[in-house]
Amino acid sequence: MAKTGPRLGVLAAFLVTLAACGGSPGTTTATDVGVTSNSILLGNTIAQSGPAAAYGTIANAENAYFTYINNTKGGVNGRKINFKILDDAYTPANAVLLTKQLVEQDQVFAMFSGLGTQTQTSVRDYLNTKKVPQLFVATGATTFMADYSQHNWTIGWQPPYQGEGRIYAKDVLANHKAAKIGVLYQNDDYGQDYLKGLKDGLGSNSSMIVDAESYDVTAAVPTLAAQLSKLKGKGVDTLFIFATPAFTIGALAIRTALSWTPLTYLNSVSNPAVYMKIAASKGAKLDGVISVAYIKDPTDPQWANDDGMKLYKTVIANCSTCKVDDGFNIYGVAVAYTMVDVLTKAGSNMTRENVRNIAVSQLDETNNPFLLPGVVVKTTSNDHFPITQEQVITWSANGWHLQGSLTDERGTIS
Amino acid sequence: MQELIQQVVSGLASGAIFASLALALVLIYNAMGLVNFAQGEMAMFATFIAFTLIIHGLNYWIAFPLTLGIAFVAGVVIERVVIRPVERAPVLTLVIVTLGLATLVNGAAGFLFGYVPRSFPSPFSVQTINILGAFASFQDLSVIAVCGIVLIAIYLLLQRTTIGLTLRAAAHHPEPSRLLGVRVSWMLALGWGLASAVGAVSGIMVAPILLLEPNMMQTIIIYAFAAAVLGGIESPLGAVVGGLIVGLTVNLAGAYVPFVGGDLELAVALAIIVGVLVIKPNGLFGRAAVRNV
Amino acid sequence: MYRQVQQRLRSAPPRYWLVLVLVLFFIGLPTVITSFQASEWTLVLIFAIVIMGLNILVGYSGQISLGHGALMALGAYTSAILIHRYQVDYLVTIPIAGLVTGLIGFLLGIPALRLSALYLALATFALAVVTPSLIKRPAGLTGGVQGILISSPDPPQFAKDAFASVTSGPPMSSDQWMYYLSLISALVLFWLAWNLIRRRPGRALRAIRDREVAAASYGINIAGYKTMAFGISAFYAGIGGSLYGLAIGFVSPDTFPLALSFQLLVGTVVGGLASIAGPLIGGVFTFWLPIVSSQFVGSQSWIPAQIASVFQKAGPAVTYGALLIVVMIFAPNGVAGLIRTGYMRLQARLRGAGDRGTGQMPPDPQTV
Repeated sequence: MAKTGPRLGVLAAFLVTLAACGGSPGTTTATDVGVTSNSILLGNTIAQSGPAAAYGTIANAENAYFTYINNTKGGVNGRKINFKILDDAYTPANAVLLTKQLVEQDQVFAMFSGLGTQTQTSVRDYLNTKKVPQLFVATGATTFMADYSQHNWTIGWQPPYQGEGRIYAKDVLANHKAAKIGVLYQNDDYGQDYLKGLKDGLGSNSSMIVDAESYDVTAAVPTLAAQLSKLKGKGVDTLFIFATPAFTIGALAIRTALSWTPLTYLNSVSNPAVYMKIAASKGAKLDGVISVAYIKDPTDPQWANDDGMKLYKTVIANCSTCKVDDGFNIYGVAVAYTMVDVLTKAGSNMTRENVRNIAVSQLDETNNPFLLPGVVVKTTSNDHFPITQEQVITWSANGWHLQGSLTDERGTIS
Repeated sequence: MQELIQQVVSGLASGAIFASLALALVLIYNAMGLVNFAQGEMAMFATFIAFTLIIHGLNYWIAFPLTLGIAFVAGVVIERVVIRPVERAPVLTLVIVTLGLATLVNGAAGFLFGYVPRSFPSPFSVQTINILGAFASFQDLSVIAVCGIVLIAIYLLLQRTTIGLTLRAAAHHPEPSRLLGVRVSWMLALGWGLASAVGAVSGIMVAPILLLEPNMMQTIIIYAFAAAVLGGIESPLGAVVGGLIVGLTVNLAGAYVPFVGGDLELAVALAIIVGVLVIKPNGLFGRAAVRNV
Repeated sequence: MYRQVQQRLRSAPPRYWLVLVLVLFFIGLPTVITSFQASEWTLVLIFAIVIMGLNILVGYSGQISLGHGALMALGAYTSAILIHRYQVDYLVTIPIAGLVTGLIGFLLGIPALRLSALYLALATFALAVVTPSLIKRPAGLTGGVQGILISSPDPPQFAKDAFASVTSGPPMSSDQWMYYLSLISALVLFWLAWNLIRRRPGRALRAIRDREVAAASYGINIAGYKTMAFGISAFYAGIGGSLYGLAIGFVSPDTFPLALSFQLLVGTVVGGLASIAGPLIGGVFTFWLPIVSSQFVGSQSWIPAQIASVFQKAGPAVTYGALLIVVMIFAPNGVAGLIRTGYMRLQARLRGAGDRGTGQMPPDPQTV
């Protein structure tokens, strides 16, 4: 807790400078807090210890991409990207304090890819009041895109959970019209968002859902047998699992152990091939399981000679702790790609205001090499859902296989 | 009806998992009148050791006893280094020390092995068998069977061997035991070693059903507490019966009590702990304890 | 009159001066540090309040609670719900949160009477684990997992102006106002605790802790005092929780994980049980270790990079665990105990060998 009083003075000086050049938009040298002639400082809070520590690698992968850009391209427009990652252990209290630290003490230009619905909700008002961009939060909770009007310094990135739920509904209505649907979902915004999307997507057919059972994150995995037996007992023939990876693996294995073979849908968060293989090793029968994807799967052999996948492997070599096969890492690299894209577009007008404007309303990225071909990252002045396309995948022969074409839910969620 | 039978079978399978860890808790309680809050974490760590041995090419049936040996030695060493200095301190001190041990071991496992969940091998098949229309896997049954074996082993040890008698005597009457020439302090270390080994058995048996990761035992230990308390904390048989009842209750309440549902399963464990302690502190099989003043 | 005051000042024991210096330090602190650093110190003060309460329970009455995070949650939610749902002024909600939590704590103290220390530890530990899922259930009231946002309180005009004129800088920020609110609460609550402990209730509690049967034979109402200790302890946790919610601006189930209860216990033990200074030290510690320590270690050039990186990767859990064990083995009275022992030794040495026999008081017997 060293005294850093003079920093206030620096801040004041900055503000004065800012006020001085703020009057002439379009000048070639506009900068802001956290930007110097040769650097940009971004901040992030994520769980790197505690119960959700498995997500922590995302920030490291993002940093690997920034390092790659700094080393091979000399940064963005001559400015190197510095990325400060702090461990919030998934608790809102820590996230609030660490975010304040990053904004007020470390003087970051923007917050990038903070992870967790509760943690990012806890700092959203603060960042919006301070007019610090809260860019591409790592959660698909619909509120981070849908509530743009109240929080216009905040933007998500990944497809909203509700949109994914709607895609499943479309698939069911198209291919399994007589399905008796049962849902196992986590009893938080994550699970509820998926369930809402599924219900909304089914619309007048929502009575196809025979039963929806929830579980709490504190539950012991084997006790999921209670919910699954109940669903089985109700004659469910189409099972939806809207859960986090550990519970999904457990549910898949228990489902098989109950000698139950319903058609099964999984949400995208839990579908990385590494987890599927663990489930298989626990005896889960997986052939025919359905999910969706929007990012390339590093374990999928069809991308072996893909330029994007090759680039991913080059990038991730910059992170000594990152596992190449981990789906979280390619997610991190892909979202970092969008961030660099935004900064590149901002060019010399490197103000918080301008960067935010580009992120929330001027994105049009058709070439993100880590996303499935055709997936566009796009925002406009009245659409703040960056990614809305996903493609149905099915599991067979130890791997996911793309089916049909991309489904776009743009404009359906609000 | 078939669903109810399935709920009962699944509940018993979960219960066996809780029981296996509760047995280790009971052993420590018998050895020194203490609940070891680090029991679950120690079991998790031992499982990681077994995992490391196995992925380095060791046969499962060699790695299993080897891990038990390592866990036993580690238990003894922990007792000597960490517990010995506070052996005679009040209960609160001991509780705090074992809590410290729990976080230490959990953090160390996260640091050494990472938080990405892993699949732990099992020699038992994942095939299921049909019991009255309900299904259970051989892995579930193996946990129940191993619980039974460990229970018998502990019973024989405590009741039928000199070491077991000495162990209990040292725990409950340290001064007279000392006068009779029992090395009380080493008996405690022995108790820790045995409990640590039983915990390792539990970890290795349940890891294939759960996922191996540093937080594997974090909620299981609460259910194990409930099991041990319900059974009467010094009774090995009570731990197993308690575990099965807790598993059954949690499953049935989760499925059929709308208020509990899937959301408050862990709260059921809390309710069992508090309820038993307030209404019948000696549990189902415990003997009435004389209050020490 | 003046003379009397002078006399009194002269004869005041050194620790009174220490307290005065400390109080002045805390009052002046925000004028020399940034608003952000004030918000860090706010958490230190809040933790100190909760730890003071926990100390009354654990250190003085000899009962144990591993579930104080749950009581903080109760206080925080009481305030948040009153502010958010019933538009009650936030200042009014702080004492209400304390009283509600205190009452619940008192009621919890009744079944706790029947439990031995070991079982009480077990039950409260289970409570701490279950807390987040209990909060989620009445979603209509608690906002479920979405939690409740509390807008940060604005300082009153007089405080804004006063602060601006003292520092000749910007007016008082919301974070600095929260700091002063917490400081005032801490001062009042520490003063109350000090009075409680020095007087009859404190003596009775210690008597019960050390010799329960003897205390009973003196006619001390054991059940009454023990449940009272639970109630008071919960009152402190409620006030602390209320301030915690206001300072963070958001309450949700994950704001009160098991780790929080654990941090509080560590702070209590490391600071020192059965001491008034302990909670303050514990508060610094509780705040510092999980949030700042890994950054601090990384920023120190004298610490070899490899050790720093191991420390950071191992995270606060390893440090917590190791510290708890080391403190319990080597310094069961915590940092405050170490300081007290050191001070007494020093004093004895200064007085010379002559009255060493009489002047030296033995340190408190191990209190836990």
